[in-house]
Amino acid sequence: MQNLLEQIQAAQLWDFPGGIHPPTRKALTSKKSIAKLALADRLYIPLRQHIGVAGQCLVKKGDFVLKGQALSLADSSMSIPVHAPTSGLILAVEDHTSPHPSALPEPTIVLEPDGLDEWREREPLDHLTCSLPQLLERIQESGIAGMGGAGFPTHLKSAIKQEVECLIINGVECEPYISADDALMQEEATTIVKGIDILCQLLNPKIVLIGIEDDKPDAIAAMQAACKQRDHYFIRVIPTKYPSGGEKQLIQVLTNKEVPAGRRPIDIGMVMFNIGTSFAIAQAVLDDIPLISRIVTVAGDTLTQAQNMLVPIGTPVSALLNACGFQPQAQQRVIMGGPMMGFTLPDLSVPVIKTTNCILAPTYQELPPARQEMDCIRCTACADACPASLLPQQLLWYSKAKDSAKLEEYNLFDCIECGACAYVCPSEIPLVQYYRVAKADSRQQQREALQAEQAKARFEARKARLEAEKQERQQRHEQLAEERAAKQASGSSDAVAEALARVKAKQQDAPTDRETIKAERERLKQQARAKQAAQTDMPPDGEAKSPIASEVSTAKEPADPRKAAIAAAIARAKAKKDAQSATTSDEVVSSTPAEPADPRKAAIAAAIARAKAKKDAQAAAPDEAVSSTSAEQTETPEPTDPRKAAIAAAIARAKAKKQKDTETK
Amino acid sequence: MMVIIALLALGALALIFGAILGYASIRFRVESDPLVEQIDDILPQTQCGQCGYPGCRPYAEAIANGDAINKCPPGGDTAIRKLADLMGVEAKPLDAAQQESEKKVAYIREDECIGCTKCIQACPVDAIVGATRQMHTVIVDECTGCDLCVDPCPVDCIDMLPIPETPERWKWDLDRIPVRVVGAD
Repeated sequence: MQNLLEQIQAAQLWDFPGGIHPPTRKALTSKKSIAKLALADRLYIPLRQHIGVAGQCLVKKGDFVLKGQALSLADSSMSIPVHAPTSGLILAVEDHTSPHPSALPEPTIVLEPDGLDEWREREPLDHLTCSLPQLLERIQESGIAGMGGAGFPTHLKSAIKQEVECLIINGVECEPYISADDALMQEEATTIVKGIDILCQLLNPKIVLIGIEDDKPDAIAAMQAACKQRDHYFIRVIPTKYPSGGEKQLIQVLTNKEVPAGRRPIDIGMVMFNIGTSFAIAQAVLDDIPLISRIVTVAGDTLTQAQNMLVPIGTPVSALLNACGFQPQAQQRVIMGGPMMGFTLPDLSVPVIKTTNCILAPTYQELPPARQEMDCIRCTACADACPASLLPQQLLWYSKAKDSAKLEEYNLFDCIECGACAYVCPSEIPLVQYYRVAKADSRQQQREALQAEQAKARFEARKARLEAEKQERQQRHEQLAEERAAKQASGSSDAVAEALARVKAKQQDAPTDRETIKAERERLKQQARAKQAAQTDMPPDGEAKSPIASEVSTAKEPADPRKAAIAAAIARAKAKKDAQSATTSDEVVSSTPAEPADPRKAAIAAAIARAKAKKDAQAAAPDEAVSSTSAEQTETPEPTDPRKAAIAAAIARAKAKKQKDTETK
Repeated sequence: MMVIIALLALGALALIFGAILGYASIRFRVESDPLVEQIDDILPQTQCGQCGYPGCRPYAEAIANGDAINKCPPGGDTAIRKLADLMGVEAKPLDAAQQESEKKVAYIREDECIGCTKCIQACPVDAIVGATRQMHTVIVDECTGCDLCVDPCPVDCIDMLPIPETPERWKWDLDRIPVRVVGAD
């Protein structure tokens, strides 16, 4: 290994198998400085712009947001937020055509810029003094995902615990037309290097290799100047060849190590970041600028001003093209990404996202659409071109046959979909498309197999549960049956005897029972009579009379001492009140001469009325007392209130029942 | 004498090796995967009963006993091909009476649900949650799209809906991209 490190330090370069040399066409854009695109009327910000899961949307229609404000919340490690590229109004959160080859609608935030471009509060960090978790948190919160194209969340990649031999910064940019990273290196080399410093702090690599293709002399010079102070940063100028910018290919070129099939670069001690990513990290940490804009190469012969532009994330492609003098031809195609790995856009309202590095609007002559596919002639040109040393024609064969076992055997999943095989194919077979379909099928099958496994487990769990329930039920039945049988077997004669005894006891009780019923009935009848009597005796205004009556009756009531006490208290209170009113009326009568005419008359009338009432009540009272005493003589307490009477009756009944019960026992 | 010694020696060796082999056959026994298990693994485990058997395993047992391999619509051609390989028979197209259908999941129109729990009892994979007189709902991730809950529903509030396509499950079916080529102005 030491030997290899020395070799790397000695600037030795290696090569990867295959590869092609398509015309690069970068000169059109790489020499121009980066232009700043004016804000579009509407920005469409998809909630998910990376590999992983979308964050939870934080805004709703009608909200006002500031530039750099988070629009979604990263609620899991696989999600990163999106931010408002400028200040403005949220018009909607709705489905919008996604910047994906499928063009399926995805949840998207629509923002109308207010033109003020007002920033939220920013908190720049000093990366030398803050802790690693703090840095990682900042990277995640700034929504940084790999900007080379894959869009893998950067905070995950930079939180690797394994020992990192070599940090590789990818400035190769091998696909034709694209010069976004080239332009960024020319203009922002110092910031990029600061981003690399932060990555070094996070990953602590032994050496840092910065790979740049030899067709970018200005960028190489700028980066060399920026890295002068750092002696473990090595800038490696590699020969131009497509696809040397592929992760595994660049590792092979720079270190002569091959990433094993199905493994990640970290398994051999390598981590790779894109130039754009390290720039975004520096901005996020040092200036607290989240990932809200990126450099996009806008190229193609239908544009009068092909150039690199600094584009706010969410800008529709149409705005970008119009700013570059787009003159569409008939059957115009617009491609997102490069000519090798990009995809044709279904319409131009698709927004630029974090992983968009190029928008290509070629003329028909420049990039003719695919012609009729012909049969494979087994020329093996594809196998020679394949940078992953696969056998493209075998893969094509098995893709067509949908033979997933064979495809796996031929390592379909090591295909990086670079398109070199399709580029060299004389029969113009779109090989990569076949592989993509096969890969999607294979993934689907894996998903289905997983689902089938789950379903089986659940089905079996359910079956077991039902079986257990059935058994339990049966057991319970058996137990009950047993108990019953045991009872019958053990004491059948006893049971008969018991039953007989019960019947006898009942017969003996019967007469007393009947007597109590009779007595009860008698009592109820008398109660009703007494009540009737009380009602007829009661004069129209029995206000004054009733308390006295109740007083009389309650005084003799033996039933419930507490109830009696309450009734007595009420009666006393009423009597007191009456007495008071009587005295006041007396006073009123005596003081009438002093009073003025009208109130005097009224008062006199009132006094007379009261006096009459009192007199009446007094006359009625003895009657009442007599009736209540008569009720008392029938052995049952006799309250005047019918409700009370009912309660008393119930109590009596209960008592009788109790008595009877004890007798039966 | 020599003969006896030789016989004894060989006999002893035979016993020792026999003991070792006997021990090894117990200690290092390979759980053989019976045919039914293998067939069951290929079947899609929707437990839908479209094959005429009450679940995937009974059908696997039937195949092992010589039933046709083309009775499983959810498995489709892929499953038939795998079964053909396993059983050493020719792959046949799906039974004419059955058609491979798009994968669907059950969806309960929740405001119409009366909470009768009949669908819960019908679901072979316990993918419906709910309780008596409470609204029920389907756990979409667990639903196998077997259709068995649709018939028992007394108010017909269960629909079988196709799974919505997402960019993750999209299959690069390039003919289907609604490409609207930009025209010249």
